[in-house]
Amino acid sequence: MLKRGRLGPPVGAVTPPRPAGLRKRWLAAGVLAVLVALVAGVSLGPVSLPPGSVAIELLNLLPGVGLDSGLTEREIAIVTELRLPRAVLGLLVGGLLALAGGAYQGVFRNPLADPYLLGVAAGAGLAVTVVLTLGVGAGGALSGLPATIPLAAFVGSLGAVAMTYLLGSAGGRSRSPATLILAGVAVSAFLSAGQTYLLQRHAESIQQVYSWLLGRLATAGWQDVRLVLPYFLVTSLVILLHRRELDVLSVGDDEAASLGLHPQRSRYLLIAAASLGTAAAVSASGLIGFVGIIVPHTVRMLAGASYRVILPLSLLFGGAFLALTDVVARTAAAPQEIPIGVVTALLGGPFFVVVLRSVRRVLT
Amino acid sequence: MTGSSAAPAVDLRDLRISVDGTSILAGVDLTVATGEWVTVIGPNGAGKSTLLRAVGGLLPAPDAVRLFGTPIGGLRRRDRARVVATVAQSPVVPPGMAVLDYVLLGRTPYIPPLGRESAADLAVVHEVLDRLDLAGFHARELATLSGGERQRVFLARALAQGATLLLLDEPTSALDIGHQQEVLELVDQLRRTHGLTVLATMHDLSIAGEYADRMVLLAAGRVVAVGTPREVLTDRLLAEHYRASVRVVDGEHGPLVVPVRPRRQ
Repeated sequence: MLKRGRLGPPVGAVTPPRPAGLRKRWLAAGVLAVLVALVAGVSLGPVSLPPGSVAIELLNLLPGVGLDSGLTEREIAIVTELRLPRAVLGLLVGGLLALAGGAYQGVFRNPLADPYLLGVAAGAGLAVTVVLTLGVGAGGALSGLPATIPLAAFVGSLGAVAMTYLLGSAGGRSRSPATLILAGVAVSAFLSAGQTYLLQRHAESIQQVYSWLLGRLATAGWQDVRLVLPYFLVTSLVILLHRRELDVLSVGDDEAASLGLHPQRSRYLLIAAASLGTAAAVSASGLIGFVGIIVPHTVRMLAGASYRVILPLSLLFGGAFLALTDVVARTAAAPQEIPIGVVTALLGGPFFVVVLRSVRRVLT
Repeated sequence: MTGSSAAPAVDLRDLRISVDGTSILAGVDLTVATGEWVTVIGPNGAGKSTLLRAVGGLLPAPDAVRLFGTPIGGLRRRDRARVVATVAQSPVVPPGMAVLDYVLLGRTPYIPPLGRESAADLAVVHEVLDRLDLAGFHARELATLSGGERQRVFLARALAQGATLLLLDEPTSALDIGHQQEVLELVDQLRRTHGLTVLATMHDLSIAGEYADRMVLLAAGRVVAVGTPREVLTDRLLAEHYRASVRVVDGEHGPLVVPVRPRRQ
């Protein structure tokens, strides 16, 4: 074996080839992006606060820190009670959507897989609509989610991904990556029709459901953060621990099995985790599309194609991306807010074309 | 190398495989001794690939397949993967994956399920890359390699598995004749230096005969002939089971099968 020096690469080799893995500078870039998004998310809004003071005020939240930021009591309240929970929720939801997208892409060996294109989000959406319109176990108030909503969303998202998978497999051996996406589109359309029907029957809830559907980080409070956090932790832990298995799965089920893996077991576990994450994201913030496709693909293009790189970086950059998108959504047409789902769709549509062009080879 | 008294590398007893009610293998008996090279031939649909999949543990045959004396059903997946490695007929080429990472996948049965590779795993991978003249290729993207280079990388992954039984499903079907010879010479050399046992399927009968110690002719899911290449590659057997018009001539390393256009009636 090569002797390892005290610092830096092993002594005695020019540059020993290393396997794909998360490089420190990329990890640092991801953490930096999250911090920038957090400060920007808290500083920018109807009342603009100096980013330096905001950064100090964020540091003050750490135990044992007590610096003077120069902000007034009212401004500090804006930071800690209004903008911070909203920025944090953006980080959690964006991270979950990007991570789930990356995991689905690995599990289905399909570059176009995404919580939205697979119908997972539509399933969660329908389930949440059922809860909101029929008032199943709900107190009715939107801010402060009824605890039944994430569970219902989870059941809805698992049901939807199962439908998509079965429908996509119906083509047997002739199926291609595009088949799965077409199945997802069909399942989404079917579930959305169910949702429309429900809304039509319960016109009194339309306003409430629509403001949620289009994506809402606006009314986020610490309560929402507390609700999403456990799902976020479970989903991230399960998916990140299996990141190497996703690389093994990329050679196909047969070869993965001959390498000693249990491909179907890994797949079900990862689908469950990604769907749980999607469900939590959807129940907290409504339908926010394209994050699961924009972020993992950008990471793949810039930092490497291994899931050991894609997944942790998607979590970080996905969070930063959504928190920053939220800043755009609430400042671009101020004092009006643009629904955040509209902003991600405006960005995601053109991006999808880029992805399609780059994966044409895979699809045909 | 294990002595002749040890259990055979592969021992098939009445192996039967059906898919969707259709019988693919209808009772196959076969033994492959440790260190031997056995090549399975047969017309399309004879069940060659199915046979290899069953030996590799990809099809349920818990008692009919024994590897080095152990019924395959008694091996855990990871243990099985340390005993038998497969090079598929057309392995999946994951987009964007570098050669080093691909060959490292061969260490999967040694890496703890949620863990990462050890220095020892990397050392094995580098040794294999060196041995197959792939040392300069570690950072190359698999998808950018030529057919011959790629086949060497597929072999490297199988070798990194550290298994002594190598299953090769049509290892040369995608290669030109020069690369076919290069790959098969390499396999033969590794077999001799590392005591590997090789069970392969092949379409090109002349090349198959030059490298195999023994051949198995499979037709409609049954073994119809087993023996040395000279015993199996005969005009009569090939005419009967391939419905082919061929002439078998003597070559330096075994019989050569030459297709001959049938006479007009």
